[in-house]
Amino acid sequence: MLALERRLKQPRWLSFAVPIAAIAFSFALMALVLVATGHSPGTTYRRIWESAFTANGALTQTIVSATPLAFTGLAAAVAFRMNLFNIGGEGQLYFGSIFAAYAGIFLGRQGWPTATVIGAMVLAGMAGGTVLALVPGVLRAVFSTNEIITSLMLNYAAGYLLNYLIFDSHSYIRDATSPSAAVFPQGQMLPDSGSWPAWNLHLTSGGLFLPLGFVLAIAAAAVLWVLYNRTRFGFEVQVIGDSTRAARYAGMRTRRKILAVMAISGAVAGLGGASQDGDFRHLVDARGLQQSYYGYTGIVVAALARYNPFAVVLVAVLIGGLDNAGYTLQGADFPSGLVGVMKGIILFSALGAEVLIRYRVRFGRPHAEPAA
Amino acid sequence: MINNSLLVVVIASGVAYGTPLLYAALGELLAERSGVLNLGVEGMMLVGAVTGFWTVQRVHTNSGIALALAILVAAIFGALMASIHAFLVITLRASQIVSGLALTIFAGAAGLSSYLGNDLNLGDNPARHSFGALFPASWQHWSVVGPILFSQNVLVYLSWLCVIAIWFYLSRTRQGLNLRAVGESPAAADAMGINVTRYRYVHVLVGGAFAGVGGATFTLAITPQWVDGITGGAGWIAIALVIFAFWRPELCLVGAYFFGALQALPSQLQAREIHVGPTELYNALPYLMTIVVLTLVSSGGARRRLGAPGALGLPYVREET
Repeated sequence: MLALERRLKQPRWLSFAVPIAAIAFSFALMALVLVATGHSPGTTYRRIWESAFTANGALTQTIVSATPLAFTGLAAAVAFRMNLFNIGGEGQLYFGSIFAAYAGIFLGRQGWPTATVIGAMVLAGMAGGTVLALVPGVLRAVFSTNEIITSLMLNYAAGYLLNYLIFDSHSYIRDATSPSAAVFPQGQMLPDSGSWPAWNLHLTSGGLFLPLGFVLAIAAAAVLWVLYNRTRFGFEVQVIGDSTRAARYAGMRTRRKILAVMAISGAVAGLGGASQDGDFRHLVDARGLQQSYYGYTGIVVAALARYNPFAVVLVAVLIGGLDNAGYTLQGADFPSGLVGVMKGIILFSALGAEVLIRYRVRFGRPHAEPAA
Repeated sequence: MINNSLLVVVIASGVAYGTPLLYAALGELLAERSGVLNLGVEGMMLVGAVTGFWTVQRVHTNSGIALALAILVAAIFGALMASIHAFLVITLRASQIVSGLALTIFAGAAGLSSYLGNDLNLGDNPARHSFGALFPASWQHWSVVGPILFSQNVLVYLSWLCVIAIWFYLSRTRQGLNLRAVGESPAAADAMGINVTRYRYVHVLVGGAFAGVGGATFTLAITPQWVDGITGGAGWIAIALVIFAFWRPELCLVGAYFFGALQALPSQLQAREIHVGPTELYNALPYLMTIVVLTLVSSGGARRRLGAPGALGLPYVREET
């Protein structure tokens, strides 16, 4: 019989060794799946590795895929640290994209300079995410309504709002004039001043471009790390996360923290939406955003990173690499669902491996822990 | 002709579109009643949809047997998917939210279901067998009850039996009462000698089987073919539906047909050139209404009276609670 005993102390090396072992395990497991379905694991892994990281320009594309995941991952990590399960990152990202597009198109048409337009888009995106995140936040703080369900439901409501604005109305952010829009409805192109810069680091032969959004994600990770590890606010949030009762006895204001944390979480996800407009898509891509599942993937990125902000960015690059390889390799000899299956197996392994960090696994009858 | 009136048509298609929602919601209800939230419904439905479809394409036998086999295969694969979630959250005590979402990513529209559909070349052909109306055409012409009750396929009638069976199970059998105890207060159930782990495993797996059947309803009855992501978010509506129905099977039935009718309404209105609000509003209504209902019932007392399982989402570890 398999028995679990809670570890009294969690050795530090375990929190590095276990996730790495989990990833190794999942690649081994995936190799079995590949062999069973008649694909060669060696070739498949080599092609994934090349098209994710080493091929010409591959790393740049991986950063493109990683940027939204870093934002949604950070958004989830911020809230989950407090046991506040905001799984609305998906919808909050849509709202960020919508708000940022309004700001970018409006101010760009007014002829504002690039820097101010970009700044306004950043702020508008954050505001958009916050607005949507505060709905479950207020409901939780005032009526103690379960935020898991409300934030999840709002993702779909936000998705339909996106469809309405781009496909089914005469909204300001829909393209009504260009010939291609007459064939298939699409978002209004942002003016040039709303297009975010990217910097070439000249690290690889094809150049490695860092988009502004990715830089902002790293900055956001740093800010959040400081907030949670060096401020009273962060300390209180973590106490509330560990024990609401203890926090209440210590006189901490739980309701305000719920609202504040939801607002921060939504702002970060919304910033991810603004980055989609400014960095990559240059319009509100209603279909593309909804097919990407950035919000949901971000939650598992956060879980894989064990809710550490810097680890979130790192894991986002890894998962982004897998996603990018999936797009690049899509074709007859590389089945479309393979990347999703691999992501799933990695996530399951990492989730299962968590238990090794928190518990000691014994085979046989459990016996008492010797006094420490 | 009354059978062509908007109301009758919308109700009849509400029943048809609501059936996959009903199966999936009944499954999720069983899992949640045992205290396990499974956000992987969409993924489990898609795997059920693709494996059920594969069965009718590849098994060469008469229509009835092939379809019965397909439903069985869909249920087995749905349960198989659920077993991953069950092992992670019950035995290994992983976060139910993260594990459920991981299951949807693993199995969903860009994962295993798409991989299988692709690898087994299921995309290009219509289903060789599919569920048709059970009753003779003359019955379907009866006014009102004809289209609503007698033009449906056998999966619809089967779902009614499931609703009755689950209602009976939850309220009239010892196992059903034990299940509610496990979802409400696992520590108390454990003290009574109920095997919490076994109850949770069984109900999460059966829940997965229901989701698989719900998914197969799409590929074998509603649109008998396979395309990636054919369920189109039905799994998420099913999760909403469980809450909307206060965790009660009989209300799941009503809610499923209501949500199904909301899905059917926009195209019917369009066909009749009636313009009342954008399509997207009708699509978003199930989600918005669930938020409203959940908020109305979320004060502590009302929640307990209405049936939200007290330990929903919490792992159970003896001696740690």
